[in-house]
Amino acid sequence: MKILVAVKRVVDHNVRIRVRPDGTGVETAGVRMSMNPFCKHAVEAAVQLAEAGKADEIVVVSIGPKGTNDVILTALAMGAHRGILVEAEQKLETLTIAKLLAKIVAEEQPDLILLGKQAVDDDSNHVGQMLAALTDRPQATFASEIKVDGTTLEVTREVDYGRETLSLPLPALVTADLRLNTPRNAALPMVMKARSKPLAVRAAADLGVDLTPRLTVENISPPPERVAGKSVASVSEFAASVAAEVNEMEAL
Amino acid sequence: MSVLLLAEHDNGKLSPATARLVAAASQLGPVDLLVVAEEPAAIAEAASTLSNVRKVLVAKGPETADSLASTLERCAKSYQFVSANASTVGKDVIPRLAAKLDIQPVTDIVAIAAPNRFTRPIYAGNALETVTDPQPLHLLTFRASAFRPVAAGAAAPVETLDNSVTSVARLLAAHRTESDIPDLSTAQIVIGGGVSVGSAAGFQLIEKLGKTLGAAVGATRAAVDAGYAPNDWQIGQTGKIIAPDLYIAIGISGALQHLAGIQGAKKIFAINTDPEAPLMKLADVALVGDLFEIIPQLIAELEKLGVTKPTG
Repeated sequence: MKILVAVKRVVDHNVRIRVRPDGTGVETAGVRMSMNPFCKHAVEAAVQLAEAGKADEIVVVSIGPKGTNDVILTALAMGAHRGILVEAEQKLETLTIAKLLAKIVAEEQPDLILLGKQAVDDDSNHVGQMLAALTDRPQATFASEIKVDGTTLEVTREVDYGRETLSLPLPALVTADLRLNTPRNAALPMVMKARSKPLAVRAAADLGVDLTPRLTVENISPPPERVAGKSVASVSEFAASVAAEVNEMEAL
Repeated sequence: MSVLLLAEHDNGKLSPATARLVAAASQLGPVDLLVVAEEPAAIAEAASTLSNVRKVLVAKGPETADSLASTLERCAKSYQFVSANASTVGKDVIPRLAAKLDIQPVTDIVAIAAPNRFTRPIYAGNALETVTDPQPLHLLTFRASAFRPVAAGAAAPVETLDNSVTSVARLLAAHRTESDIPDLSTAQIVIGGGVSVGSAAGFQLIEKLGKTLGAAVGATRAAVDAGYAPNDWQIGQTGKIIAPDLYIAIGISGALQHLAGIQGAKKIFAINTDPEAPLMKLADVALVGDLFEIIPQLIAELEKLGVTKPTG
């Protein structure tokens, strides 16, 4: 089985982001970037399938400006076999990303596509589902367990009411949730080895996809600030405050 | 400018989120509710009694992402807006539909400035993005918790759709967390427990306080990971985003990931042994102390004050 994993480079999830005062966006200059955490779970799932003898090739692809190759190197160090960087300097919408990935899928013909369930910058949670539609594959999002049986996948996914298990015929697409696995930190020899693995660079403009955004971003602002409250000394004062709130609530 | 809204339901019942979604969608135009289910009759009947619903469309059929997207695709051409809840169902189906129709969707909407202008949180709610959508068809998901529910109204007409779609994915098993606790994402009061609650038994104390107040019960990711609470109780960027009138945080320090999930709460009350915990500083009312001593006393005090259980 051949697996394609798509990964995104984002502001590191431990960085406290700062909204630019002019409302044009979030400050990214000089900010630590890394692989989107959910994408790491997708890479780890692919590597574990290879280690279990269920997959024989893992291709990792990322789309972004120059410098995005560092997240591909991370995936190669974790155990992916080769990388593809689709280079684009401009900010791309999720539909455009999905279309570019669909072009790579058409070339690579993977049996399984793995992605993270969402990126922690735009929080969109679109690309997996869009790519599944564009490549006409069944999807299992929010996966917490993947079992491969020949040409069928059994995926347990985390949904609002609990969990559900789906059966999908290959080729299929799965997006990873946190409980799927614990991503490994690659040891130094693997990091060194990653540099000698093949990494092809493609220009997004050459893939025949219109890169023009559909939406206009008007403004990006910080959320309203909370006013600091008060400290109470006793349980009875706390209870009285709760009672006051409950009495003020609109009945639904 | 009419709106098709996918009704949210579970286990044969209309979800309380739907009344909030109707409130959001009716800011855009007349709303037709679409109910897709294997057994849709009871859900459709409940859906038809919500105000601001023009009609209810009923389709009997599978509820997997690929089949739901096909059903919506067949209906989409008669509408300017096709919308759903920003739940696992809406997240599954709206982007899939969007790619089929070549439309860039706008999802997790928390405010509607105009019928083509929407605000949504990014970076786990640490920033708000406002976008204009000039496309002829708008594909949207709404965060139910950000909108006030519509009341019951006169019964809307119900129409049955022919829905001969098949599903490639097959549902093998569904594990529902059965409980009589109100729905976390739409409850007016939520009690959240952190890892310092210490055990599943400790969470029973949290649940007891929840019962006293008619509140939903949630947990931090750390408490869920430790096995003290089920996964669908998880509040945060990777769990559920809540916006209750009152959030009572018990033994929660306030990691960024958790704060992302509670940013919509109108009031935050906190109980913690550590007065320096970030959430204690953010809270409208903070009480320092040991939760195991405080909660039984709090339950007794609330009962004494005769605090009534709000519904919904």
